[in-house]
Amino acid sequence: MPDGTTGTGIGAAVKRVEDFRFLTGNGNYTDDINRPGQSYAYILRSPHAHARITSIDSSAAKAAAGVLAVFTGEDMQVGSLPCGWQIHSKDGSPMLEPEHPPLAKGKVRYVGDQVAVVIADTYSQAKDAAESIIVNYEVLPAAVSMSDALADKTLVHDDIGSNLCFDWEIGDEAAVDEAMSKAAHVTKIDLVNNRLVPNAMEPRAAIGEFDRATGEYTLYTTSQNPHVIRLLMGAFVLSIPEHKLRVVAPDVGGGFGSKIYHYAEEAIVTWAAPKVGRPIKWVADRSESFVSDAHGRDQINHAELALDANGKFLALKVQTQANMGAYLSTFAPCVPTYLSATLLAGTYTTPVIHANVKAVFTNTVPVDAYRGAGRPESTYLIERIVDQAARETGIDKVEIRRRNFIPADAFPYQTPVALQYDSGDYEATLSSATKIADVAGFAARKAEAASRGKLRGMGYSTYLEACGIAPSAVVGSLGARAGLYESAEVRVHPTGSVTVFTGTHSHGQGHETTFAQLVSDRLGLPMENIEISHGDTNKVQFGMGTYGSRSLAVGGEALIRAVDKIIDKAKKIAAHVLEASADDIEFKDGNFTVAGTDKSMAFGEVALTAYVPHNFPHDELEPGLDEKAFYDPANFTFPGGCHICEVEIDPETGVTEVIKFTAVDDVGRVINPMIVEGQVHGGVAQGIGQALLEYAAYDDSGQLVTGSYMDYTMPRADNFPKFDVATEGTLCTHNTLGVKGVGEVGAIGSPPAVINAVIDALWDRGVRDMSMPATSEKVWLALQAAE
Amino acid sequence: MATVSMTVNGKSVSGEVEPRTLLVQFIREQLHLTGTHVGCDTSQCGACVVHVDGDSVKSCTMLAVQADGAEVTTIEGLANGDTLHPMQEAFRDNHGLQCGFCTPGMVMSAVDLLKKNPKPSEGEIREWLEGNICRCTGYHNIVKAVQQAAQA
Amino acid sequence: MYEFEHHKPATVADAVSAMKGADDGKLLAGGQTMIPTLKQRLASPSDLVDLGGIAELKGITVSGGTITIGAMTTHAAVADSADIKATLPALAELADHIGDAQVRNRGTIGGSVANNDPAADYPAACLALGATIHTSQRDISADDFFTGMFETALEEDEIITKVSFPVAKKAAYMKFPNPASRYALVGVFIADGPAGTRVAVTGAGQDGVFRVPEMESALSANFSADAVSGVKVSADDLNADIHASADYRAHLITVMAKRAVAKAG
Repeated sequence: MPDGTTGTGIGAAVKRVEDFRFLTGNGNYTDDINRPGQSYAYILRSPHAHARITSIDSSAAKAAAGVLAVFTGEDMQVGSLPCGWQIHSKDGSPMLEPEHPPLAKGKVRYVGDQVAVVIADTYSQAKDAAESIIVNYEVLPAAVSMSDALADKTLVHDDIGSNLCFDWEIGDEAAVDEAMSKAAHVTKIDLVNNRLVPNAMEPRAAIGEFDRATGEYTLYTTSQNPHVIRLLMGAFVLSIPEHKLRVVAPDVGGGFGSKIYHYAEEAIVTWAAPKVGRPIKWVADRSESFVSDAHGRDQINHAELALDANGKFLALKVQTQANMGAYLSTFAPCVPTYLSATLLAGTYTTPVIHANVKAVFTNTVPVDAYRGAGRPESTYLIERIVDQAARETGIDKVEIRRRNFIPADAFPYQTPVALQYDSGDYEATLSSATKIADVAGFAARKAEAASRGKLRGMGYSTYLEACGIAPSAVVGSLGARAGLYESAEVRVHPTGSVTVFTGTHSHGQGHETTFAQLVSDRLGLPMENIEISHGDTNKVQFGMGTYGSRSLAVGGEALIRAVDKIIDKAKKIAAHVLEASADDIEFKDGNFTVAGTDKSMAFGEVALTAYVPHNFPHDELEPGLDEKAFYDPANFTFPGGCHICEVEIDPETGVTEVIKFTAVDDVGRVINPMIVEGQVHGGVAQGIGQALLEYAAYDDSGQLVTGSYMDYTMPRADNFPKFDVATEGTLCTHNTLGVKGVGEVGAIGSPPAVINAVIDALWDRGVRDMSMPATSEKVWLALQAAE
Repeated sequence: MATVSMTVNGKSVSGEVEPRTLLVQFIREQLHLTGTHVGCDTSQCGACVVHVDGDSVKSCTMLAVQADGAEVTTIEGLANGDTLHPMQEAFRDNHGLQCGFCTPGMVMSAVDLLKKNPKPSEGEIREWLEGNICRCTGYHNIVKAVQQAAQA
Repeated sequence: MYEFEHHKPATVADAVSAMKGADDGKLLAGGQTMIPTLKQRLASPSDLVDLGGIAELKGITVSGGTITIGAMTTHAAVADSADIKATLPALAELADHIGDAQVRNRGTIGGSVANNDPAADYPAACLALGATIHTSQRDISADDFFTGMFETALEEDEIITKVSFPVAKKAAYMKFPNPASRYALVGVFIADGPAGTRVAVTGAGQDGVFRVPEMESALSANFSADAVSGVKVSADDLNADIHASADYRAHLITVMAKRAVAKAG
């Protein structure tokens, strides 16, 4: 709900500040940075899913042309790559937390695990030399699937004794069982949430550098949160204090979660830089990204939904197996638990819910948050089982949703799985989406398609998510080992221009524009007088970074608070100059005015005065105009909405085409509608990708079969129609701006809408289930089987 | 080593390269034109698209020695000073980019499309962009941008 | 990529000499398969003989019911050729859907045919139309040229100079692309021309491109979609991978054949 559509303030579709440099080839991504004397690292990776390393002979590599050093796990005696979240099992015991060395020690645990690093004058020399390293492996059986791993016949980590990382629960199981026993109907469903490879278009890269004169390390890295990397790598892995470690995340080419985590390569190049006495650059090939970037999703769910005779939901019971991969990545344990199971109420009044989550180690790439992180999994589960319940009870699939919606007047609403929603209006987004999607005309379109031999289907998803993570007190009580506040600094320069330092990081989200709009709106300054700086730990005081759709809801709020401190200080300065009381100073349109008079100072005059304080009463008023704020939110934010997908299936080939996709999302106040729509487009594309195209497939030996764009189906322009996107709804009640967050809604809401549409299209042919991705062969086979 | 000479963005350049040097490596590492990106190693993502003798090509799938004597245009050569090329302007107007990494290749590819097909349909635009992968935009605003540029 | 010597001859004869002089020489045509192969270090030729400087290998001529395409002619040039569009539009259309726009601007017919990738498009056209592959040594009928997956009748140091296609009365190509790579999962080229009524299938066969005699005889009797819609192809010698089982490929061959016939008119 934009407040205005002109100018540069809140609600205006301001064109992006960052675009000129990206469009002219002047972006500055990590691989574009070259340091004087730079050398290059090549990481030798495990070709086996599970093997004991019996010996490594790197003598030939060390002697090869241009090679500066070769290091293995035995050489790199440093701390373990840390996990940032601790889950406790239902019996109270802490999760099993195996050591995660940056270079493998003794054993490799997935194809892609780091075995050795070769550092040379050129990348080609490093890669050439790596081929001469002789690694003797004793290949072990691999635990590839979660069911195999849970049998504990092959242990991914011998020393922890089990592949079951934790066995966690939430909710009142006895109450759920009681409700189930009295239900008129129980709908059951088994689902697989397919493993995905994030595939940000910029492959990960890192440059490590050490300045012998100052003892300072610098790491340039493709990260969504440089301060977090500084903390994790400095404190836990390499024992470098923060004041001697600078982490710079320059322009970053997409993240989607995969660039949150602290990765081995960052530690390797930083650790090795003083050893070779030169900066070291590492850049992943795409094939390397496939086996070294944390994967996403990968859950198996069984769910049961109890309903009364009127179709009201009585209880939901869920059993989940969540794949952790071979090691615990930074946020992995919280994804299937506090980011997923706590969302199982969705938009519905289900009074009792119980979920059990078993997290499993396997000989596969570590799995962690990927756009939506846990929320797409729970949303897929809820919206699939609700559709199935509608089919089984004969209640219309829209009607069953309406009967169970949390009413708009019921907020704040406490769910049975810990969260308290502050605002929402699910009927509003549903009814808007129904109009935009032209649900009324669907029957005619279906008939027309049938006349061409095609099958049309329409699917819904009326979803909700929790984002803007999050209150430190809450996440701390749930096992987070860090706080999840955000910080901002507003530095007003003597001539009145402003530099804003934010602890969030922009890697496509357009913060340089949106955040400047906030400041422009609040200080009455033109956009061009405002610069947003992020991504450098030596510039920004602190930050937790960008993920979980938190930048605006948490980082933007921190910024607002710092701006308000600037206004307060500026009022005092104006009051001093204008010889009035600060309480009498009004600030409007960039001017400080003594109330009821024409005595006034422009923002720029106040700024100059702050730095030329010739007659300041220094006991009361400090020179300068530079304020900082840390903001820790009171609650998560709860975007939600309705996605409607219309598909057409060619029954001869099984090909599914998305004909129309409608997304009406309640993301709270919209600062820049152009950027908001872009975020939804991208999220929806990733959701449709998950539903129809993408999956990371492992063979029985643990080789990633979909290890390049030859086999992993990346969505392309011809896979989509244009999307119909709108925003509508309610404001967040606990931040000044009323914003909720938009980064993930598209990826969270869309997959069940697509699959529900596919099932709808195939229903008349007798097909009753479909799994993701609904590839053409899968659809064809389902049609064959149903005949 | 081999000597290669070519015209890049209107300027004559030459350099000593190993024959195995890719055109994109020559552009990025020797000419320091880092706007051309590398996003994959199987010639599919299109982040590296440049024009060679007027046609869009994947500079990761061409040796520098194959471009000897050629006329090469990279993303850096598209704008006229601070005046953006109409395609660049259309991408900015329509929010056709987010992280910006695929953008140089996407723009170079789209420019070639309009040269060959000045009034493409939406379907033709989507089909042409098959060789350029974007993970951020869902292509919606990229397609809109190309449509706007075709109207320009 | 491993190191190699680069040669850029100006004539076919010089290219043949360069190949003869090399320990383990490979020809570089458009490079759209060769360069990715080298980048992945799946090949390590001592010498790369670049055909890009040989003017005699480029160009398209149409005369006397035959289309002749120089080996170094790009897919884009074939797709855009007004002569080919006028005489054998199916061939232009096939070329217009190989790879993507950038691949078509570099990739060549000679490179594609010589590589004989089991999922490449041109081999299907060559076999269905009864093309002749002209080399530095001889002329080879398409029937004799494609000998197996990535295998051809070409001898070492033999260079394709051009490919000629007899113009067919009716022809059409239907491709079902691999959703990831966009190569042909199944591609069916149907032709009714001087070489007879032929159905050639790419993408599906374990030994590369092949003909479907049952469909050919059905179409010879009755050139209609209905004639082939009931002809099932055995899955026995078909490829299977994560994108398509052999059974699915077999099914798609019938569907694509039917659609190609309908398109050929």
